[in-house]
Amino acid sequence: MLNTIKNTLGSLMLWEMLKGMALTGRYFFARKITIQYPEERTPQSNRFRGLHALRRYPNGEERCIACKLCEAVCPALAITIESEQRDDGTRRTTRYDIDLTKCIFCGFCEESCPVDSIVETRIFDYHGEKRGDLVYTKQMLLEVGDKYEAQIAADRAQDKVYR
Amino acid sequence: MQFFSGLFGSYWADVQLVVWTLIKIVAIVLPLMICVAYLTLAERKVIGFMQVRIGPNRVGYWGLLQPLADGLKLLFKEIILPTASNKTLFFIGPILAIAPAFAAWAVVPFDATLVLANIDAGLLYILAMTSVAVYGVIIAGWASNSKYAFLGSLRSAAQIVSYEIAMGFTLVGVLMCANSLNLGKIVMGQEGGFWHWYFLPLFPLFVVYFISAVAETNRAPFDVAEGESEIVAGFHVEYSGMAFAVFFLAEYANMILVSMLAVLMFLGGWLSPVPFLPDSILWLLVKVAFMLFLFLWFRATFPRYRYDQIMRLGWKVFIPITLVWIIVVAAMMQTQWAYLFH
Repeated sequence: MLNTIKNTLGSLMLWEMLKGMALTGRYFFARKITIQYPEERTPQSNRFRGLHALRRYPNGEERCIACKLCEAVCPALAITIESEQRDDGTRRTTRYDIDLTKCIFCGFCEESCPVDSIVETRIFDYHGEKRGDLVYTKQMLLEVGDKYEAQIAADRAQDKVYR
Repeated sequence: MQFFSGLFGSYWADVQLVVWTLIKIVAIVLPLMICVAYLTLAERKVIGFMQVRIGPNRVGYWGLLQPLADGLKLLFKEIILPTASNKTLFFIGPILAIAPAFAAWAVVPFDATLVLANIDAGLLYILAMTSVAVYGVIIAGWASNSKYAFLGSLRSAAQIVSYEIAMGFTLVGVLMCANSLNLGKIVMGQEGGFWHWYFLPLFPLFVVYFISAVAETNRAPFDVAEGESEIVAGFHVEYSGMAFAVFFLAEYANMILVSMLAVLMFLGGWLSPVPFLPDSILWLLVKVAFMLFLFLWFRATFPRYRYDQIMRLGWKVFIPITLVWIIVVAAMMQTQWAYLFH
């Protein structure tokens, strides 16, 4: 009985409402945590999994040996590889497509690669303007690798002790 | 001028009156539209701040052109007409929602002399106008011929009708204190510093009025009429482009209107809180801005009510409270403490 009266009076005083408003009122003056994206960016891990790249050895030879482990491990079936024997007897890819609209950026391809050829870079803000733009071919992936090789190598070096 | 007076002959005086009234209407509606536009920006900013974000800040300095960008976008969008809808009613809906929200401003006094129509039944007129607004919602929901819109309009109608009773009763309290339905006289009855304002002797009524006002305008936490988690967007789910924008404007114009009423009836309108400062329309604007801030604060704080809880609050809590307090006020007025209420 006494409790009922207490609860009724308490709810009539709107005490809990006022407590809630005090909380939001405090946050009104709190420091804002918004990151102004194109100008400011959040810090990235060296293990960040973004846009893919195919790497080369320092002598210019592409790393990929067409073992197709990445194609096999890819859970989204985003990678398509065709290969044939080159004149010097090594096996090389003739086609290496990644459909980025299928890719889930799990990083399994990168993990499965025995020669550190397919890697995921820190780039996350890329786009395509028409259908098919996001199917990256071997040529495009190699270009990404060539362009960001310094960063990619530095990130791999930093992670070396844990691999 | 000579030419026009010759053209209209004996009707010249009437024409002058109509034109002058039209000018005054524009002078009220235009600033009101601007206020509505910037209220939407204020809402996004305030709620953003309370969620530790900074809100829109890309269009213009500090996001100040955002309402214009939004308006322009909606203006250029297609108004999609559902094939199964009732075409006439579909367009009457938004008009019926916004027209009363603006029409009610005819009797709102901004100053001791600054009022479009200083009529004695001003409060009654406003109550009538705000009640008509619910038809816009009902018609829109019905004409859309969509189950979500229909459910939304049903909820909205029931909610507005329920809370109007409590709201009407709170106003009865004010009427008993002011002995007038004229909004200007109600304000003048509160002269002489903030301790004479009606919100002190009528505090429970003030609280009930403001909460009912939030419910009347279908604002959070009473926004079940458009509860997006349950019925998508409620009564305006089928509206797009400018037709949607009109509903949006009506909602915000109603918010400003009920805030204005709260200020006029409980917070002394344009009267200054302390006698040594002059009365001014600025006081009115500051008070209204504060009430509007409360609206946004509520929205940032409270989760949505369940529908049956809304009905319980309206019928089982607010109506009894207001009735009891009206009787208390009426009884007190017959005693030696009657001066408290004048």
